[in-house]
Amino acid sequence: MSEQLGKIEQGVKQSKEAWFGRIAHIFARGSVSEEIWDELEELLILADVGVETTNNLIDRVKQRVKAGKVAQASQIRSALKAEMINLLNISPKPINTDSVPQVILVVGVNGSGKTTSIAKLAYDFTSQGKRVILAAGDTFRAAAIDQLKYWGEKTDAEVIAHRPGSDPGAVVFDAIQAAHSRHAQAVIIDTAGRLHTKFNLMEELKKIKKVAAKLDPTAPHQVLLVLDATTGQNGLTQAKYFTEAVNITGGFLAKLDSTAKGGIIFAICHELNIPIVYIGTGEKLQDMAPFNAETFVNAILY
Amino acid sequence: MLEVLTQKLTKIFHELGGKGKLSEKDIDTALREVRLSLLEADVNFKVVKELLSRVRERAVSTEVSQSLTPAQQVIKIVYEELITILGHEPSKLAPITHPPAIALLVGLQGSGKTTTAAKLALHLKNLGQHPLLVAGDTRRPAAIEQIKLLGKQQNIPVYSEDANALSITICCNALKQVEQTATNWVIIDTQGRLQIDEAMMQELADIKSKLQPLEVLLTVDAMTGQEAVEVAQEFHSRIGLTGLILTKLDGDARGGAALSIRFVTGVPIKFLGTGEKITALEPFYPDRFASRVLGMGDVLSFIEHAERTYSQQQAKELERKMRTTSFDLNDLLEQLHQIHKIGPLTSLIEMLPGFPKLASYMPEDEGEKRLTKIEAIILSMTTEERHNPRIINGSRRRRIAQGSGTTPQDINQVLNQFYQMQKLTKSLMRGRPSKNMPSMFGIPFK
Repeated sequence: MSEQLGKIEQGVKQSKEAWFGRIAHIFARGSVSEEIWDELEELLILADVGVETTNNLIDRVKQRVKAGKVAQASQIRSALKAEMINLLNISPKPINTDSVPQVILVVGVNGSGKTTSIAKLAYDFTSQGKRVILAAGDTFRAAAIDQLKYWGEKTDAEVIAHRPGSDPGAVVFDAIQAAHSRHAQAVIIDTAGRLHTKFNLMEELKKIKKVAAKLDPTAPHQVLLVLDATTGQNGLTQAKYFTEAVNITGGFLAKLDSTAKGGIIFAICHELNIPIVYIGTGEKLQDMAPFNAETFVNAILY
Repeated sequence: MLEVLTQKLTKIFHELGGKGKLSEKDIDTALREVRLSLLEADVNFKVVKELLSRVRERAVSTEVSQSLTPAQQVIKIVYEELITILGHEPSKLAPITHPPAIALLVGLQGSGKTTTAAKLALHLKNLGQHPLLVAGDTRRPAAIEQIKLLGKQQNIPVYSEDANALSITICCNALKQVEQTATNWVIIDTQGRLQIDEAMMQELADIKSKLQPLEVLLTVDAMTGQEAVEVAQEFHSRIGLTGLILTKLDGDARGGAALSIRFVTGVPIKFLGTGEKITALEPFYPDRFASRVLGMGDVLSFIEHAERTYSQQQAKELERKMRTTSFDLNDLLEQLHQIHKIGPLTSLIEMLPGFPKLASYMPEDEGEKRLTKIEAIILSMTTEERHNPRIINGSRRRRIAQGSGTTPQDINQVLNQFYQMQKLTKSLMRGRPSKNMPSMFGIPFK
């Protein structure tokens, strides 16, 4: 197992080295030439930052050059870095942390990595000695409940589940009630993966959120959107629709152990003002970290 | 969206004015917009670059034909080049040489392998083949249960072992089991893996060399970004792919990733996954997909779908009627019959440009129910009423309601909708689409 992990890390490293090599090349030039903007554009677009946000970022750096603050190509890197971090640094939405249990609703499109991310969140709580209840709100996909139960066992979290095909709202209600009676500190709600364009399924999500507020009007305290780091420009649309439906409080950027850069979050942060709060970096339970804008930008630029 | 793209281009060329040969300046201005549109569709940066240089070369020497505006001419060239990349013919599964044929499904985590495996099995079963599903993903919790359940729902046999078994052993045992049986397709689900995970890629390479599958299909999430090319290239060079299946196309992602993969690896796209239902697997048509990537909806799929059940003559007659606005409830009824033949209404509407969003507002079964109701209402009308619904007064309304088991309110609703539709088609045919209808017939593609 550890040998295998070593190999994954090596794979990531190789891919990253190739990437870094190119960047080093871009910034290694002496003076600022026109070419450098084209190359930066390519670099950012290949990281899934998107055309509009890329142009926006480059324009800002160009202004710095114009203002005479930047003259050397090597300085462009730090100017760009500052602008990129600036886009990502959004003050988190206020969360009522006094309420117990904390209710966390987890949403996202199919295959984005919701269930694994939930397992990691649960593990984060239980490894601190906190009691967690998982609500098996994905009653649609075949064997989704079994999958959550597996993680419940692994993380020492109790799973509240109904039969496949049953009303997810009822599961959520039962789970929160169970959390109250068992003095659990947190309830994490799994939901069925849904494409943001499906009106009915988005309505269902609204209903789940409403049910969550029945026992505690301040719940859910967090609504996390799980986003696959390999997602391209569609990520922005996803975030837009999901936040319209259930007001996302934060993003969970999953699968960052892949070679994808996850650049779509720049547009999400910038245009929708949704902060990214966690990143997922592997298949193990510990493979989760709070999001850090500087580290993230460094991974794209260094 | 192509509507937007076309509008933008039309505006640019309007300003530039004139016809005849496209000037280099015209072309560059136009291609800047095309570039933006392709990048927004997640077509890989390098692929866009290469594609546009081809387009530019062709466009520079092209005369603008009489029937096209310069903007349309440029888009037409882009469209044709896209089709050249995608391949002119739809690609099918390879014919079986030595049964059982094996199809190995591979891909990243969450790209849709398990669901697609079940869809593919059902597709083959519906073609009269005898598929077996193999639960080769022993790593993801409950993946085995998932495929067993899917198999059970569709009455397709599933071979599985417990989660401790090695994937390669499971596959070999599955093959042993089907010897001397009617099974002629073995579809193997595998674990999701990163293309850089050396051990996992080796495992796949071993399975491939042991089983010699007829098809090695990479499932690609339609929402994948720029990295798709790296992923596919690595899978292709390590294990040799025979086809792609693009999944989750029922969302609004334009799927530029698949175009890029095809361009870079040459591996054909064989199927599209278009919904969560197990029946939602469609063959891939290059021309339609090109429209989608350009953002103009799947106009051609829609047309062909309709054509399959709607004869050319009927279509011509309908068009004439729409043009002359003698389109009446009889025609609507006829259309409803056709729609029933074509299939679920929502999937039909989703193919229209600008309409995917609308379809999402229609509850899936509700749409069908409503159609049946409308049909019943029209059937309860006299011929005269159908031809000239304006004569329907209170007492006629009550009679129709009674006859169709509905209420007078329902009748009003149907009539109002019909009038709206009449208005809409009128303005469409005059070439002045209303605000609610995206312009879709502006471009003369064949």
